[in-house]
Order: sequence, then structure tokens, then C-alpha cells
Amino acid sequence: MSQQPEQFQNDPMVPPELNNNLFITTLDKLYNWGRKRSMWPMMFGLACCAIEMICVAASRYDLARFGAELMRPSPRQSDLMIVSGTVTKKMVPTIVRLYNQMPEPKYVLSMGACATGGGPFKEGYNVVSGIDKFLPVDVYVPGCPPKPEALLHGFLKLFEKIESQSIRTVPWYRKGEIEAIPVPVLGPDLIDLRRAVEIKEYTQTQVNAAPAPAAEPAHS
Amino acid sequence: MAGKVAAPVAELTGPLAVLKEKFSEALSPGEFEGAVIKNENLVEVAKFMRDDLGYDYLSSVTGVDYPAANEVEVVYHAYSARHGLHNGKPLVFKARAPRDNSVVPSLVSVWPGADFQEREAWDLMGIKFEGHPNLRRILMWEGFAGHPLRKDWHEAYFEQDNKPFDSRWPGGHHTRAEDRVPLADNVAFPPGFDPTDFNSQAETTLVERARSVDVSELGQLVSSDGNGSGSGNGHIADAIQTDHLIVNLGPQHPSTHGVFRMVITLEGETILKLEPVMGYLHRNHEKIGERNTFIQNMPFTDRLDYIASMSNNLGYALAVEKLMKVTPPERAEYIRILMVELTRICNHMWAIGFLLNDLGAFFTPALYAIEERELVLDLFEAASGSRMMCNYMRFGGVARDLPEGWIEKCRDLVFNRLPKATDDLDHFLSENEIIRARCEGVGNLTAEQAVAYSAAGPLLRASGVPYDVRRAEPYSIYDRFDFDVAVRYHGDVYDRYLIRLDEIRQSIRILQQALDQMPGGGEIQAGKKQYQTRVPAGQAYGRVDGPKGELGFYVVSDGNPNPYRYHIRAPSFINLTALGEMCKGQKIADVVIILGSIDIVLGETDR
Ligand code: SF4
Repeated sequence: MSQQPEQFQNDPMVPPELNNNLFITTLDKLYNWGRKRSMWPMMFGLACCAIEMICVAASRYDLARFGAELMRPSPRQSDLMIVSGTVTKKMVPTIVRLYNQMPEPKYVLSMGACATGGGPFKEGYNVVSGIDKFLPVDVYVPGCPPKPEALLHGFLKLFEKIESQSIRTVPWYRKGEIEAIPVPVLGPDLIDLRRAVEIKEYTQTQVNAAPAPAAEPAHS
Repeated sequence: MAGKVAAPVAELTGPLAVLKEKFSEALSPGEFEGAVIKNENLVEVAKFMRDDLGYDYLSSVTGVDYPAANEVEVVYHAYSARHGLHNGKPLVFKARAPRDNSVVPSLVSVWPGADFQEREAWDLMGIKFEGHPNLRRILMWEGFAGHPLRKDWHEAYFEQDNKPFDSRWPGGHHTRAEDRVPLADNVAFPPGFDPTDFNSQAETTLVERARSVDVSELGQLVSSDGNGSGSGNGHIADAIQTDHLIVNLGPQHPSTHGVFRMVITLEGETILKLEPVMGYLHRNHEKIGERNTFIQNMPFTDRLDYIASMSNNLGYALAVEKLMKVTPPERAEYIRILMVELTRICNHMWAIGFLLNDLGAFFTPALYAIEERELVLDLFEAASGSRMMCNYMRFGGVARDLPEGWIEKCRDLVFNRLPKATDDLDHFLSENEIIRARCEGVGNLTAEQAVAYSAAGPLLRASGVPYDVRRAEPYSIYDRFDFDVAVRYHGDVYDRYLIRLDEIRQSIRILQQALDQMPGGGEIQAGKKQYQTRVPAGQAYGRVDGPKGELGFYVVSDGNPNPYRYHIRAPSFINLTALGEMCKGQKIADVVIILGSIDIVLGETDR
């Protein structure tokens, strides 16, 4: 990001005491550099993958090299949600609520097969087929569990994404509110409120369809 | 009975014969080693078992569904823990009830350890336990439709009853589960259900229960503490009426060791009542496990207690080997012992590190503990190909032999490095004043309580009950090693910390002997490798002493390639039964370390 300041040597705009100390860069680059090197993940583990996440933060893999070792237990202080493990129906309302509580800018990293698509437990009755059914995911890290190196790679990919953003277009500096994601409800099964009408229409067709099979034997 | 291959009815011998003599009519033999007990006599017979026959420890309670016979069955396994009777063998008994009216008397009054397990059987299997003090759902939420482990209950993504499924890409085209189901998601709703006009009941009873604290109990909690044993000091509950505060801890909380939740009712800072809430990581192991083939379940066991995958592998392998009647060759047995004892060491290192985290020594001790664990993980990775999810054991052996140089590395670790690391932890932590002040006398559990609540592993042994499955009912080749069953007598957080150090040292002893005795080569698999394991019909309960405690697998086979019933007796789950009792009268600040001292892993708690 730095440029050699030679061309400013005799520039009247640059006071002599700043010679050799001046950098020119874009605001975007500075802004993104600051953000990506101080990513605070939320201290938030769901399942087995969380153990590997802890290992990444420990001495051998040393997440501190990337400026992201400061895990915050409070969503209010975090920039990154690492969804590390199986997302269950019982847990997903809490996850969505936590996400809503995080201030912008915020990112979601889906760690492991479970968070990405349900993984080995996809068929389970209490398992959500991936956190992206509810939250916008920025980086997916495959694996079951991903090795610590893979999670680090996920971080680097996230940094790339951050670098590609521009302060002029990022949604959190634009007018208007960013809408919260409606928190799903635990009913007879998990209710995604964004789809409530659709679900209602479907269960109504079931009611209408139900008497039909009973009437069938009369014909045969 | 239809749906089962008829096995010969076993005779009633030993303690069962005693029971038969006393309760003649109430007992009948079944096609298993044990007895079927009539529902109306169940409680009475159970009391007799506990008091007169010495079966003081109820290890496992679970249900089995037999739609063909229109029957559900509750299976109990009881052991003698404090008295050490009956050679460590279980007393297996069952109760039966019709499917559409499945009511069985609750045994919580006899063995309080049945509490959570009966709730689980109600939640997943729909068996009502009459007389249970709090029969609510435990893993799913209140209001969920159906009891998923019933054989005729199907989830939204249901494809076929048994794996392997038919081709998922007929014509070379893959379809996702989402494309097959009407709502394109893993959800199903009853016909006519209207989500736009719905109030969730999932939380209501929980809050109501937290509010309804017995005030008479409160007086007792506070006044019984006159001798100043550390809790409730300074409260004058009789004189001043204060509001109770309900504090919700979790499921997202940095010190709950996963997605675990506690609802705590407080009087000032003293805990009146603590209700554990779980199921936030309920991943349907058992439903999926009954669809899988036997061998397909092996990698799933890794994901139970994911800190200790090797022990889980061994427990499951033992249960199925009992049915198959195979014994692994010598070398495989030794490899297994090496793996599970290394697992125990890493687990206890981890547990100690995180207990210190909970105490406020944030991450420094944990980093030392994790460092040792990493070295063990390297060994696992070299042998099995994976750091955590080892999937290493097979029925009758292990998946592959140890790579070159493995033994030398392991020797170095076991003889030179780990003993010193353990001593270091001991040296820097055990006498630390803050640790002693905060841990001693906190979270007490007496020996009687521990046994009654079916506590297992370090939690049980730190309360003065020297009960270790490795010694009580030796499996694999544990009878060949010289080791002591670690035991401590105070039953507080401090002893639970110390006992983990003791157990690490004993594990090191076992490892050293195993490395010395181990044959240099030979077979690692009994018989030849099979893709599809044949398991004869029958039922078996295999248990190991995992790092968290007694880990049991109850497997019923009907001769098909899939287990008919696959149940896990999870120590993390059952140990939590005692949590409410341990926290009563303690300060809110100590909840976290009491929980940390039990050492739970949510993958196993919720399964
Ligand atoms: S992806 Fe694998 S390791 Fe990660 S949470 Fe799921 S099962 Fe566990």
C-alpha cells in the first residue's frame, strides 16, 4: 500500500520533517487494512468444530498472527461470527438473535460441513441444513472438522473479501436501516417467519388433500 | 414376537432367581438375560433390588419400540457400585406397555439417576413415566410434534428405512434432499397448521418452574448453613422478603462449555434452584444410527464426545463385538488401550485447562494443556488420518496398523514428556491459594448422592466411590495392567480437579506397561475385513470407562445390516442430573466452576 515518497522530496506541500515519513494510499485501503487486521470473532462454539477453532486460537496455530485472537463473548463487540458446528433447530433462534445483535460491519464464516449444509447429520429431525438458510455467509470452510490450517485459510479468504469492499458502497454507511433477520420460532417444527405465508398455504392444501385418499376405496 | 428373531427364553439364574422366588408372579423370563417385570410391581421390585440385592447404581434406562408387536419396552441396566457385588455384572430388566397407551411407573423415587433418562425416553419415544416429578421434553422443545424415535415417525427428509439407500443419482443426476420435499426444507407441519397465528410454548413452562420455588425449602437452605460452610451466609430469609431473581445462563455463554443452558433462581446471590436445559446440540444420533449400517455408525460415535473419539469407538466396538462374539487379536487390543488411555490424558488436560479458565486464569494454563494435547493429536493423526474424528476402531480390531516410528514417538511422549507435564500442572496449580480458596468445599456431592444420581467417572470417584468399569467389569485387556483406581473423598470441585491429575498419572502407568508388553507385529483385525458386517440377532450393552465416565452402548440387532435399536448411555448427560443438587445453596459465581468440574461435552450430552 505504500509508495516511495521520493517524489515528494522537494514538494512544497510536504513539510521537511515529514520527509521519508509520508505514505499515500486510498481511504479504502487504509480502512480495509485496519478492519481486516483487527477482526474480533465472537466466542461462540456450537459443536466439534469449535474445538478446532479453539486450537486455532491456541499457541500452535496462533491466530494472533492475523490479529484475530481476541474472541469476544458478547455479540456487541464482535465483527465475525464463526458458526462452528451443527446448527440445530433448537439453537437457531439464538444464533439469529446473536447475529442481529452484532453491530455492522459483520461477517459470517461457516466452519465445517454441518454449518455449511447439515453435514453428516443433515437428515436429522433437529438439524438445520446449513446456517445459510438464515444468515448471509461470507466464507465457507469445508471439512469435518476443518483442520486448523483450513480455518486459517478461511480467515485469509475473508480478508480478501474485506479488501475488495469500498467505503463508498458498503451497506452500513448508506441511508436507512439494515433490516434484522426475523428470529425463527419453535412450533411443531421450526418456523421460518419469512416463509410463514408459504407454510400456511401448504398446510391448507394438506387439509384439502387429506379427505381424498379416504374416499378412494369407494371407487375401487 | 414379530419383528424380532425369536431367541430362546433364558433361564432366571443368580440374583434373578432370588427375585423370582420373592416376587414369583411379577417376574417372567425374556429372550434375553434378564427378566420382564410387571408394571404394577416395578417400583417394589426395584426397591428390593436396590436395598437387598445391592444394585444401587442404575446405569441406563432406555426405550425400544416394537410396532409389529404393538409394544414399547423400557430396558434398565443396574449395577452394584458401592458394594461391588455380582462381579460387576448388570441386572437387566424390562417393563413393557402397549404402544398406544405406553405408561410405565417411574423409578425416580428409587434411583434419582433415572430422572433425565426417563425424560429422554418420554421425549423421543413417547413413553409416559407415571410418578415422574417433571416429565417434560428434554432434548427437543416443548410443543414439538411427535416422538421421533418411534419407528413409524419420519422426519421431513426421510428417504428410506435403511441404508445404504438406493442410488441418489439415478441417470447420473444428483438430487438434493431439499428438492425432494414439499417445503424445500427439513421441516414438516401438521395439516392446517397456521404459523401466522401461533404462540410458542417452548419457554413458558421453563419460566413457570423457575418462578415456583418452594419457600419452605428456602428457609432450610439458608438456616442449615449456620455452621458457615460457605453458602448462604448473611441471609435472613425469614425476616426479609426479597424478590427472587431468575438468571438465564446460556445457551450462548462462554463458560457453559458448549451450547448448554441453565435457568437459575436466585435469592440474593444464593442459588435456590438450578434447572439445566439442553438439547441445543441434539443431532439425532440414535435416529440416524438406526438407519445406518453397523459400521456406518463408527464415525458417528466420534462425534459424541468429540474430545475423546477413541473411547467412543471402543465402547461401540465392544457392544457390537459382544453380539458378534469376536475378540480382536493381541496387537489390536494393545493398540486400542494405547489409544484410549492417550485419549483420557488429553481429555483430562483439556478439562483442567478449561476449569482454570472458568476460575479466571484465562487461557494461560489452558494453553499449556492444549500444547500436550496437540502432541497426542499428532499421534492420532499419524495412526488414523484425523486429529479429532479418528474413526479408528473396527469390529474385531482396528482400521489400520500403526505407521513406522509411531511407537518411538509414543514412547518418548509417555516416558519423558507427559509425566513432567503433569507434574508441572500439579506444581503450579494444585497449591495455588486462589484455586484452593475457590474450589475447596464448593459443589459438594456425597458418595450416597453420587451413586443415587448415577454419576460416573471422575465425578463419582471424587466423591469417594472407587468404581471404575476398568476394574469392576474389566473389558479388553485391562486385567493385565497394574494400576490404581483413583479415588478422592471430599466430593468437591477441588477433589474433582485433583482426581483428574491422579487419573492422568494412572493412565501414564498403563501406557508404559502396554508399550512394554505390546507384541511387535501381528494381525490387527480378527477375520477378514468386511464391508457389510453380519451381526447376529440379540441385544448387548457394552460399556467402557471413558474419560467422562461410564459410556455405554445398548445395541439391539434383529439380524439385519442395521441396528434395530442403538442407544447411547452418555456420561455427560447423566452426570448433569446431579448438577441442580450440587448447586443448591451455592453462590451464583460458583456455578460455572461446578459445571466445569463435571466436565461435559455437549455432543455427548445432547447426542
Ligand atoms: S462438520 Fe463435522 S466436526 Fe464440524 S460440527 Fe459437524 S460433525 Fe462436528
